Amino acid sequence: MTQDINNLPDETGHFGRFGGNFASETLFHCLEELKTAYKKLKNDAEFQQQFKQDLAEFVGRPSPLYFAERLTEQQQGAKIWLKREDLNHTGAHKINNTVGQILLAKAMGKKRIIAETGAGQHGVATATVAARMGLKCIVYMGSVDIERQAINVFRMKLLGAEVRAVDSGSKTLKDALNEAMRDWVAHVDDTFYIIGTVAGPAPYPEMVRDFNSVIGREVRKQSMEKIGRLPDALVACVGGGSNAMGLFYPFIEDKEVKMFGVEAGGKGLETGQHAASISAGKVGVLHGNRTYVMSDDAGQVTETHSISAGLDYPGVGPEHAYLNDSGRAEYVTVNDDEALAAFHILTKTEGIMPALESAHAIAYGMKLAKFMSADQHIVVNLSGRGDKDVHTVADLEGVSV
Amino acid sequence: MTLLDSTFKQRSGKKALIPFITAGFPHPKMTVSLMHTLVDNGADIIELGMPFSDPMADGPVIQKASEQAIKLGCNLALTLDMVAQFRQDNQHTPVVLMGYLNPVESMGYEDFVKTAAEAGVNGLLLVDSPPEESADLQTQLKQHDMQQIFLVAPTTSDSRKAFICQQAAGFIYYVALKGVTGSADLNPEVVNQEIKDLKRYSDLPIAIGFGVKDAASAVAVAEQADAVVIGSALIQVLSDCTTSEQAQQKAADFMRPIRSALDSL
Ligand SMILES: Cc1ncc(COP(=O)(O)O)c(C=O)c1O
Repeated sequence: MTQDINNLPDETGHFGRFGGNFASETLFHCLEELKTAYKKLKNDAEFQQQFKQDLAEFVGRPSPLYFAERLTEQQQGAKIWLKREDLNHTGAHKINNTVGQILLAKAMGKKRIIAETGAGQHGVATATVAARMGLKCIVYMGSVDIERQAINVFRMKLLGAEVRAVDSGSKTLKDALNEAMRDWVAHVDDTFYIIGTVAGPAPYPEMVRDFNSVIGREVRKQSMEKIGRLPDALVACVGGGSNAMGLFYPFIEDKEVKMFGVEAGGKGLETGQHAASISAGKVGVLHGNRTYVMSDDAGQVTETHSISAGLDYPGVGPEHAYLNDSGRAEYVTVNDDEALAAFHILTKTEGIMPALESAHAIAYGMKLAKFMSADQHIVVNLSGRGDKDVHTVADLEGVSV
Repeated sequence: MTLLDSTFKQRSGKKALIPFITAGFPHPKMTVSLMHTLVDNGADIIELGMPFSDPMADGPVIQKASEQAIKLGCNLALTLDMVAQFRQDNQHTPVVLMGYLNPVESMGYEDFVKTAAEAGVNGLLLVDSPPEESADLQTQLKQHDMQQIFLVAPTTSDSRKAFICQQAAGFIYYVALKGVTGSADLNPEVVNQEIKDLKRYSDLPIAIGFGVKDAASAVAVAEQADAVVIGSALIQVLSDCTTSEQAQQKAADFMRPIRSALDSL
């Protein structure tokens, strides 16, 4: 099957054999409604202008493309640039998407916002825009994640959101997503579901990608200004895949730009304790789309492990599954210990403390740089800042703060 | 004519009762005997839930049943085995499997459909495999005379109703409310009107489910429907059973009043 890679998904929400609309019947109507509304507003000058303005004035865009000089020197290879999504309001790329979706929710007249969250970054980003718009906000979060991300839970509450603990299944992100879907089914009339990554049924993968594509568009422009050409390689961590898709998408037709998605290798692929859906999962259906899913022989979705809660997801956005199969992007893994090491290295050599999610991308970027020459350029997406992870790092290293 | 088709035909206007139980709940050893008990106490068709780790469309009762069944080692292969065992003593009651796509996809459509057909499965209802995404599966199902049951919801648009009804076989499952399985508060008047309306699109029997919990609510929504599905309330009754005898007793006590209430219509 050949499809124009830059023009995906097709009308039915498919990226090749991936994606689609594997949702329960009750949701079809609102997915259709959402699709129609988004299609209209995607090309609406006023909507796009408002989105642009919010990104500039509320989020603080454009985020810099920063040359990591000392990190580059250390690796003795290609030049490493960091796309500073950590400098966004609320500290990660997640806000790009929520700013877009809340405008859509407003335009559709929805009064009630729901979201799922794992690490709490998307929950905070959603609670933030809901507060700004004066909309009621409910965030579903696995009870295990609530334990390990206490600060973000409190941030959401300060922002006026209600955080609902999810006690089913593995009590983590995937279960929070299930619960948000259940809420949506029961409140279809007045509720807008802001999904936090490029997963879910159509049109979410496309929509979340589009709202995050501002990352890649800026990088294109900034590379031309600073390097005089496009970079040779892009590197981003992949949980569901929204920061990676946002960086990759505007470069898809530039075949000379290599793209690397970094999945969470956890304790090592061979241990089974990881969250590397593309590298070690199989094709299946989860949360409304066909993609790579981590599941056992009987097709039960397995629990994942990663040092970073934001990568702890057993599926992956369908467009990544497609980019993998078509060979346009390459998917690799970085283990917990390598990510933790990269967290320290970046903090000490550049004075930038990355989120543990982003530290996976940093780790791979450093490795990659060594195999490339000094006149080549790598852009690593620094998807978020590490403040939220200070406690995790302290715990891991036996330090009490 | 399939077993589902003839079952509805033979009932000639009387309301069919379709209990739902999760395979492997409360214990895998109890499922087959429970299925027989359900038939002995008025089940016309059995819906057997295939346990799944992420039951997105189910309420807490069926979620828990699913979780427990998986913990006790129940999987899709075992579920199919249970149907085969049931078929040794019962060839006349249709069995419809209900669940989610991933375990089926993981087994492979061809393998799954072949094994299910051999086991004696008659219908398949996958909550997350709408007609648009089911073409490959349908090809396999048709080769083995298995019918895919589709859902229609209160939110389904008229044009979509027509589309679904074109693809549907066996019966149409009308979701009585906006919500997950086991939610409360059905409005019978609205439901009956909706079903009356749905009949314009199809001659297939219509079953109603999600939110029916006892004889009274079954009777209330059965005015226009051809069949009533009861799931969460039955599972709830079974949840603290520790022996097969106990489970069978509870299931029988649960079924009988509903059966006689429907028969008095
Ligand atoms: C900083 C950061 N990076 C990456 C991710 C992973 O999400 P995605 O793969 O959608 O970018 C998260 C999720 O919480 C995050 O907080």
